[in-house]
Amino acid sequence: MNEPVNQKQNFIKGIIKDNPVFVMLLGMCPVLGVTSSAFNGLGMGIATLFVLLMSNIVVSLIKTQIPAKVRIPAFIIIIASFVTIVEMVLEAFIPVLYEQLGIFIPLIVVNCLILGRAEAFASKNNLLSSVVDALGMGIGFTIALVVLGATREILGNGSLFDFPLTSEDSSTLILFILPPGAFIALAYLSVGFNKLTAKMN
Amino acid sequence: MEYILIIIAAVFVNNIVLSQFLGICPFLGVSNKLSTSVGMSGAVLFVMTIATLVTYLLYEFILIPMGLDYLRTITFILVIASLVQMVEIILRKVSPALYQALGVFLPLITTNCAVLGVAILALGLQDGSLLKAVVFAIANAIGFALAIIVFSSIRERLELADIPEGMKGVPINLLIAGLLSLAFLGFAGLV
Repeated sequence: MNEPVNQKQNFIKGIIKDNPVFVMLLGMCPVLGVTSSAFNGLGMGIATLFVLLMSNIVVSLIKTQIPAKVRIPAFIIIIASFVTIVEMVLEAFIPVLYEQLGIFIPLIVVNCLILGRAEAFASKNNLLSSVVDALGMGIGFTIALVVLGATREILGNGSLFDFPLTSEDSSTLILFILPPGAFIALAYLSVGFNKLTAKMN
Repeated sequence: MEYILIIIAAVFVNNIVLSQFLGICPFLGVSNKLSTSVGMSGAVLFVMTIATLVTYLLYEFILIPMGLDYLRTITFILVIASLVQMVEIILRKVSPALYQALGVFLPLITTNCAVLGVAILALGLQDGSLLKAVVFAIANAIGFALAIIVFSSIRERLELADIPEGMKGVPINLLIAGLLSLAFLGFAGLV
């Protein structure tokens, strides 16, 4: 511990100042890949939040036991174990989500956000700070996914969380639920996010 | 014929970066210069082919017979991580010239989700065989190379363009990736 961490600031930084998606551009593959609806975004966000929280807890608890030279492989094994748990739980209890997220569930392992937090934060800080950090980052990530998913679902499908907002026969911008829409929607959302944070400062 | 279809499908129709969203980190991260993109593509081609070869054999002949297929994710990431290290050591000894060209990109590849993604996707190919999995991996690496080389060429030109203040940096890159992805959407239905 270098200095006492202000837990409130520690929590908020993951949501705004260091938002993993809009500011740090970490874990972009699931961000773009699964956000064709708000529900998928929420599911992916919570799955990532769980893995991030558990890996931060374990890494923070055993950080003194891990030899520095093999720390990265050790972190990856810890993360991969929790990803396997998430994979099995989703397959058993929420098969719809498991189908929808598909390949992106095992790929949580290589989400640089999780390894990044283990390396940059949990391996240097105590348990409480690591938990707060994981919650902040995980919630920041989830919010970004849900906002992007909701934007794409409203524009592309005329619904939100599968609840229709437009009449059946009205036309929608299909582009936004297709792959190009992910890039374009995220581009404009990050412009908006930058404006917003610039104003807050 | 079957193999040609796999290649066309992986390179153009289901381009790994622009329509499957795998390997976005290196795609956005190291694409500011054409030369680094070419280096990264070479490293990805190398590692993706070997990784898919090894993980396919491991899955078919060890994990499945022993009923351990739920360990797929853990095994694959470990194999890929150690493989990258091994390739790095061997290259340094055997071919210093190639190591010079690819060296800096190799460590970055461990967290390239395209490599793990292709290794997993290759298991789900229709009546899959080892040869088919390897062809699939090479085709996907070519798809990655195509996407990142086109993207970085556009980015090099973009440095001279007059971009609105708010769009500078990340947003304009994402927008260009979106337009590229739109162009690749034109290949849909080809195979």
